[in-house]
Amino acid sequence: MYETIIYETRAGVAWVTLNRPEKLNAFTPLMHKELQKALKVAERDEEIRAVVITGAGRAFCSGQDLSNDDQTLDYGDVLREGYNPLIQAIVSLEKPVIAAINGVAAGAGASLAFACDFRLASSQASFIEAFIHVGLVPDSGNLYFLPRLVGHAKAMELAVLGEKVRADEAAALGLVTNVIEDEIFVSQVEAFAVRLASMPTKAIGLIKRYMHKSWDSDLTEVLEDEAIAQSTAGQTYDHKEGVSAFMEKRKPSFIGK
Amino acid sequence: MDNFTTITVHIQERVGVVVLNRPSVLNAINRHMVSELLQALTDLDRHDEVKAIVLTGNERAFAAGADIDEMMNDDSITLELLNQFQDWDQLALIKKPIIGAVNGYCFGGGFELALCCDILFAAENAQFGFPEIKLGVMPGAGGTVKLTKLMGQKKALEWLWLGEPMTAKEAHRYGVINRVIAPERVVDEAMKFAKTLATKAPLPLRLIKESVYKAVDDSVYDSMQLERKNFYLLFSSHDQKEGMQAFVEKRKALFLGK
Repeated sequence: MYETIIYETRAGVAWVTLNRPEKLNAFTPLMHKELQKALKVAERDEEIRAVVITGAGRAFCSGQDLSNDDQTLDYGDVLREGYNPLIQAIVSLEKPVIAAINGVAAGAGASLAFACDFRLASSQASFIEAFIHVGLVPDSGNLYFLPRLVGHAKAMELAVLGEKVRADEAAALGLVTNVIEDEIFVSQVEAFAVRLASMPTKAIGLIKRYMHKSWDSDLTEVLEDEAIAQSTAGQTYDHKEGVSAFMEKRKPSFIGK
Repeated sequence: MDNFTTITVHIQERVGVVVLNRPSVLNAINRHMVSELLQALTDLDRHDEVKAIVLTGNERAFAAGADIDEMMNDDSITLELLNQFQDWDQLALIKKPIIGAVNGYCFGGGFELALCCDILFAAENAQFGFPEIKLGVMPGAGGTVKLTKLMGQKKALEWLWLGEPMTAKEAHRYGVINRVIAPERVVDEAMKFAKTLATKAPLPLRLIKESVYKAVDDSVYDSMQLERKNFYLLFSSHDQKEGMQAFVEKRKALFLGK
């Protein structure tokens, strides 16, 4: 069904594994198509309440596959056709998306991780803003997400100097949620994803939608957006369940609706 | 109401609600649907209890376009004789306010139908566009005309020529729609707006509508003549006497639409 990725579901979580380990999971046009398809499937599947994106082998994703690089291509069009819709698909997917960074995340591979809602890093993981080393500009949302994640000054350092950021350094910058020892990485990611998948998914989706929107809204708009979101969340099963569980002093059982 | 097959109609708190209902084809608009729509809207327009109308589709689509299968084998003469756009022309004659609530796709004939609404609310993830050019044709039910009136010549040409979708945010920026709202709330907010209109004096509602559309199409002079006549006309109404009397007496007016 897929050639360049693996799509698996278990315990309410969709696992999307970039699967070109011999190429350090570098992007190809087919991988873009397959990733977007997988995200669409995860979006439509009501059983799925969290998504994990990770890499097969020793890398998370090394960015654009330069070995097939066609110098006659307009890179802008490559972005518009492949990378930009992928980033939009992650942002508009109203379920939590976790980047499980198992190894190096370079160039657009780092951008992919930055666009996700959570980043869990293996102790083996690293980030490299590799673009500058080939005379290019960070893309695929990198210039949008990086300054928002680490602040403008640090983002400039990372984007311009292009130095490797180890997992522990990334944690110190607030770039990742957690650094996990490599031996227990998969099980810890799984536990985190399953936990998210048992939470009130609709509310998480609304938080994600309006937190993104807040970056180009003023306070008046955010206050109104919160009111609109609360009208919606207030009508969900999970809200009623949360309140009943609180009153009855029991653990809530959320269904994501 | 009537036995409609392509739409559903109900009345809720003085608001007539018309829902496009061909979900299996993303509410593609066929001739039968337009004729049912015209019937439903005309009935609601004459229904005493109804003060405003909400027109909507479903979560995935307001309407993704016209039914291509229906027209692909037509020729110019069959179209001329069929005169299908007569029904569309008559949609413009509905006097009560029509609020469109758009979720999802709103393309081609669906967009033209949306543009027949007086007020448009759209979901943040709604998409508008005229993809006709990709099928070797162009809009035929007012698309080029209404889009141009709303957004101006330059932007209208860009959208009509490229045939690419515009987001609700863009449509809002160019004045094509009134509000961008969370998808979950679009219909609720449209209903709320319609219910607010339903509390207003009905005669000025319809005469304001007439005057505004006249102003869009006609000279300032002619439009102001009509506005003046409509203003004078309201002075024959019960609601004018009641409204002004209530104002003087510092109480809430009770409008009867008479």
